Amino acid sequence: MQPLMNRLSPVVACLQALPLAAVFLAFFAVPIALVVVVSFFDYETYRLLIPAFTLDNYREVFSESVTYQTYLITIEFCAVTWAITATLGFLIAYFLAFQLRSRTTQLVLLLVCSIPFWTSIVIRMIAWIPLLGRNGLVNRLLVELGLVAAPQEWLLYSNFAVVLGYAHLYTLTMIVPIFNSMVRIDRSLIEAAVDAGANTWQVIRTVILPLSKTGIAIGSIFVIAMVMGDFVTVDVLGGGQVASVGKQIATQLSYLQFPPAAANAMVLLVAVIVMIALLMRAVDIRKEL
Amino acid sequence: MPTEERRPPIFYALAALLGLFIVFLYGPIATIVLLSFQGPEGGLVFPMNGVSLHWFGELFRPQPIGDIWGSFNRSLGLGLIVMACTVVFSFLAGLAFRRRFPGATALLYLAVASLVMPSVVVSLGIGALFEMLGIERAWYSSALGAHLTWTLPFGLLIMFAVFNRFSPSYEEAARDLGATGWQTVRHVVVPIILPSLVGVALFGFTLSYDEIARTSQSVGALNTLPLELEAMQTNATTPVIYALGAMTTALSLVVISTSLIAVLLVRRQRARLGTDAGQAV
Repeated sequence: MQPLMNRLSPVVACLQALPLAAVFLAFFAVPIALVVVVSFFDYETYRLLIPAFTLDNYREVFSESVTYQTYLITIEFCAVTWAITATLGFLIAYFLAFQLRSRTTQLVLLLVCSIPFWTSIVIRMIAWIPLLGRNGLVNRLLVELGLVAAPQEWLLYSNFAVVLGYAHLYTLTMIVPIFNSMVRIDRSLIEAAVDAGANTWQVIRTVILPLSKTGIAIGSIFVIAMVMGDFVTVDVLGGGQVASVGKQIATQLSYLQFPPAAANAMVLLVAVIVMIALLMRAVDIRKEL
Repeated sequence: MPTEERRPPIFYALAALLGLFIVFLYGPIATIVLLSFQGPEGGLVFPMNGVSLHWFGELFRPQPIGDIWGSFNRSLGLGLIVMACTVVFSFLAGLAFRRRFPGATALLYLAVASLVMPSVVVSLGIGALFEMLGIERAWYSSALGAHLTWTLPFGLLIMFAVFNRFSPSYEEAARDLGATGWQTVRHVVVPIILPSLVGVALFGFTLSYDEIARTSQSVGALNTLPLELEAMQTNATTPVIYALGAMTTALSLVVISTSLIAVLLVRRQRARLGTDAGQAV
């Protein structure tokens, strides 16, 4: 009985993995491969996909100055959002992991930070509108306090609003992996640093920060991937005023222009992969999983 | 550590930061919940013009824009299907990854790639695939697949975390007592990891119910609720959109708290019965 079970074991494992593998093949691997193929296709108004091999879609992407502007602003969003979420995420994770003594308090506060992750992104973005709008709460407060003479227009439907939205959505994606790295740090290392005369700031900079690198890198990958491809936040909080790469692709798709959208998506994908590869060079994530 | 040890100043600074962050996190949603109770004459912004349930009532009347209940039903149905698939597929794959099987590493990379792939690209690919095959896109086919590419990586990673710490001695004991493979899974493995399976279900349902980016190009003609909301907000003139937002957030919160309570109940029961089943993970 046992030898038969052993011989069957890889077969059973394959069968167990089959549903998951089938989903990823049919709805991820094949579609992504298709994006590559379609990016070389031709298209007409009433025929969305004409099999061909043309570089026109890429030529279009690289010849328009709009492309460069959109990439520039998207990378800017990415950099600013990264700086904000990494700083906030690190500080909050540090507070939770090292300044709180009760495990229950740690977990409850982490949960409080996590709950919005399981609620709707669209609602969370829409919810900023009555706060930031021309007649919104923030503007009314600013005017009433005499800080500004007239309602500020840059609060909503602006780059500011979009970055605020990103910070709102993605700080958690930094907190969780950094917290996860921090709770694994051996406490005796910190005691040793303190015994050797390090103050709190020195402990953070020389012990905790280097040992949290993996968490920071994992969080960064998520933030980069989310922000680079986003079109929902840009749509809701940017109004019609802000363009990003994701939004550009979504717009092309709304006109059913699959091939140009695919070429654009390929360029986006290469940009994201380059950014992630650079990050991975700085930190070897696999080593520490 | 002595409890009367004084907190360093950094503690108070960071506690204040966390407090502000929590206000930042919950403030906006609290605002629209408050605004959804506007009086019948109330507008989209403060001040409150009376307090009423008028706009919640409006939800049940035909709307000039948006198909609220149709999209709600689709989102709910899709969420439940995605939840069931995520739990079953992740659990089975979790079992598979405890042994060696051909393609295991490739499958893991595929799952991680699916997690970090910009959603607009996934959405575009699935849309193009169905377009090429000449199959009509719908919430129960293409959008279901799109959602699974988003929920399954979470489910699989949770299962990894669980089975990394799962002691095989419980299964060995069951087998020694004559349990078949199926009985071992059914009566030993599943009960032990039940709290984690509830967690996977929570991820499966909520991530699907609120998904928008991967749904956008894969849903076809009939929208899910988040897409309907995004479309409605551009033309929103009344607080009915806030009432809808408050309602769907409330549903999410009910699902989240039900899951958390379920996990706590299992733990408490284990403590009460003195079972060490939880120690296996």
